[in-house]
Amino acid sequence: MTTDFFAIDGSLAEEERAVRDSVRRFVEAHVLPIIGTCYVDGRFPRELVGPLAELGVLGANLPETYGCAGLNNVAYGLIMQELERGDSGIRSFASVQGALVMYPIFAFGSEEQKRHYLPKMAAGEIIGCFGLTEPDFGSDPGGMLTTARQDGSRGWVLNGAKMWITNGSMAQVAVVWAKTGDAEHSIRGFLVPTDTPGFTAKDQKGKLSLRASDTSELVFQDVRLPADAILPLSGGLKSPLLCLTQARYGIAWGAMGAAMACFDEAVAYSKTRVMFGRPIGGFQIQQARLADMLTEIVKGQLLALHLGRLKDAGTATPQQVSLAKRNNVSVATDIAREARRLLGGNGILAEYGAMRHMENLESVYTYEGTHDIHTLVLGQAITGLDAFR
Amino acid sequence: MKIAVCIKRVPVMDRRFTIAPGGTTIDEVGLAYDVNDFDLWAVEAALRLKEQVGTGEVVVLSLGPDVVQEQIRKALSMGADRGIHLQAASVGADDLPVARALADALRDGGYDGIFLGRLAVDRANGVTGPVIAELLGLPCVTAVSKLEIANGRGRAQRELEGAQEIVEFPLPAVITVDQGLNTERLPTLKGIMGAKKKPLEVRPVTLDAPRVTVRRLALPPERIGGRIIGEGVGAVPELVRLLHDEAKVL
Ligand SMILES: Cc1cc2nc3c(=O)[nH]c(=O)nc-3n(C[C@H](O)[C@H](O)[C@H](O)COP(=O)(O)OP(=O)(O)OC[C@H]3O[C@@H](n4cnc5c(N)ncnc54)[C@H](O)[C@@H]3O)c2cc1C
Repeated sequence: MTTDFFAIDGSLAEEERAVRDSVRRFVEAHVLPIIGTCYVDGRFPRELVGPLAELGVLGANLPETYGCAGLNNVAYGLIMQELERGDSGIRSFASVQGALVMYPIFAFGSEEQKRHYLPKMAAGEIIGCFGLTEPDFGSDPGGMLTTARQDGSRGWVLNGAKMWITNGSMAQVAVVWAKTGDAEHSIRGFLVPTDTPGFTAKDQKGKLSLRASDTSELVFQDVRLPADAILPLSGGLKSPLLCLTQARYGIAWGAMGAAMACFDEAVAYSKTRVMFGRPIGGFQIQQARLADMLTEIVKGQLLALHLGRLKDAGTATPQQVSLAKRNNVSVATDIAREARRLLGGNGILAEYGAMRHMENLESVYTYEGTHDIHTLVLGQAITGLDAFR
Repeated sequence: MKIAVCIKRVPVMDRRFTIAPGGTTIDEVGLAYDVNDFDLWAVEAALRLKEQVGTGEVVVLSLGPDVVQEQIRKALSMGADRGIHLQAASVGADDLPVARALADALRDGGYDGIFLGRLAVDRANGVTGPVIAELLGLPCVTAVSKLEIANGRGRAQRELEGAQEIVEFPLPAVITVDQGLNTERLPTLKGIMGAKKKPLEVRPVTLDAPRVTVRRLALPPERIGGRIIGEGVGAVPELVRLLHDEAKVL
């Protein structure tokens, strides 16, 4: 049984399939053998950063002139799918590095910033993190308290705190969003080397989800930055939101990867686990479970692929990305839970993937715009009425 | 160091195969294709040799319909320098015409080495390499699991049943690669994009009429379920007797 029930493979170009197959083989060889232990130990496998960079997955849809692979958006999506088939934490690392740090440098940075950072980030020599969320401002980042004030010499002084920052403790550079005035439109992006005095990062302990990922709290206390630390083309809350649209697009694919991993595991288990004298897959209840899972996977794949084609054509809207992220993550959480249940007692073990994916996907459900927030985005698109204000 | 590698497009083996109507071919619906595993190790061996010497060229050849260009491009994405597609509508069951067409394409290429897999996993004949060597009058070393090349000579280890054989030979030579020689590298994403820009020459070929044809293809009989002969230590004598008398493995 394969998850490609609708022969979607045939709609992929040769190099898109080649990219997917390479990343899948990489994940099978390097991620799957260690990820269960990493998860239990609460450790991001840093040793994979170099090999992932060598494979070319970091910022893979950015141009070759900056040392990236220059892939289209569908190929990029397939990379995210395959990484998350391994673990949402690995995909999160790549999402943040590529879509939330390299992308804003590419889109809002000066030529000098691009030349300095992008090739080294593609090579995994510099790891980045993205600081938008604050302890008191999650879904409503426009209310942020972090400030960047210009000092006498036209440099910047950064003060404030960010929370839930993926890659935060291991990053060499942070893209920090801060207000340069009082209003929302004064929000600008800054490139902050994490060894700047006044910058501290603290690992967030006690996570029961995304345990194989670095999630940290950042504090800035009079962090002094040169004038050229600002991303010159960033302006207003729409800049970080544009980055999030990139990352969310990848998540719509990634969630399907996690769902496929759960489905494959459940199918294999249903055929070998014998109860009442026959494989449990022979009972109607488990067959219904599997049929529902497969149906949602096929729908989610088609959604992601079509969105990718729209994105490659340059016509995808943020609202379409919201719909895909909202749907695909939501169905993936259900699929993971049903897979876990099908596995019985074994389903709670780290030796199997279902519960790890199930727990991970709860973070994915919440970050990059919670499910509810995307509901409101769609509600506004449908009715023209804004529920936020 | 100029090395040619002959690669074959074969179905990926983890699928369930069915026989097509007519009974002489497999049903291709739902199958995925890839480079034959043994050929991937041959490509890897050629790339490592080129990297070790520091200069040279790795040329990949594949014979078949246009779809084999996908497999050539995979080898290019791993790092091979250029490809030659010997264009033929189909590849039959007779390996001699195939080996002849490959030998003709290789003859004047000035290759120091011609690498192939020990066998193709689809038909498992394993004769293409030796026949090419014969046609070109070159030394042939089959089923190589270790390979060193220096100063125009090669030294190879071959796996025999319960033993190993070390052979030496002059270049140029034909080498067929066995499992264990190496693990092939994954195409990097830049490699995949770069492969599209590498030269891929298409040469139409006419194959000699096949003298071997497939008359009938049959799937192995359904496996019958296991048999429980008893439990614990008491069952051991009966198990040994069955393994000896019935299964004849002892
Ligand atoms: C593992 C992990 C990694 C993360 N990585 C990063 C990162 O790298 N960088 C970064 O900047 N942030 C990151 N985040 C933060 C993430 O984006 C926020 O958690 C998310 O935006 C939600 O914010 P919050 O947690 O403050 O929840 P809140 O905004 O407080 O939401 C609480 C609940 O209220 C609901 N809600 C909020 N507003 C409304 C409304 N108007 N109507 C109806 N319901 C509403 C929400 O849907 C939710 O159910 C990460 C989070 C996690 C868990």
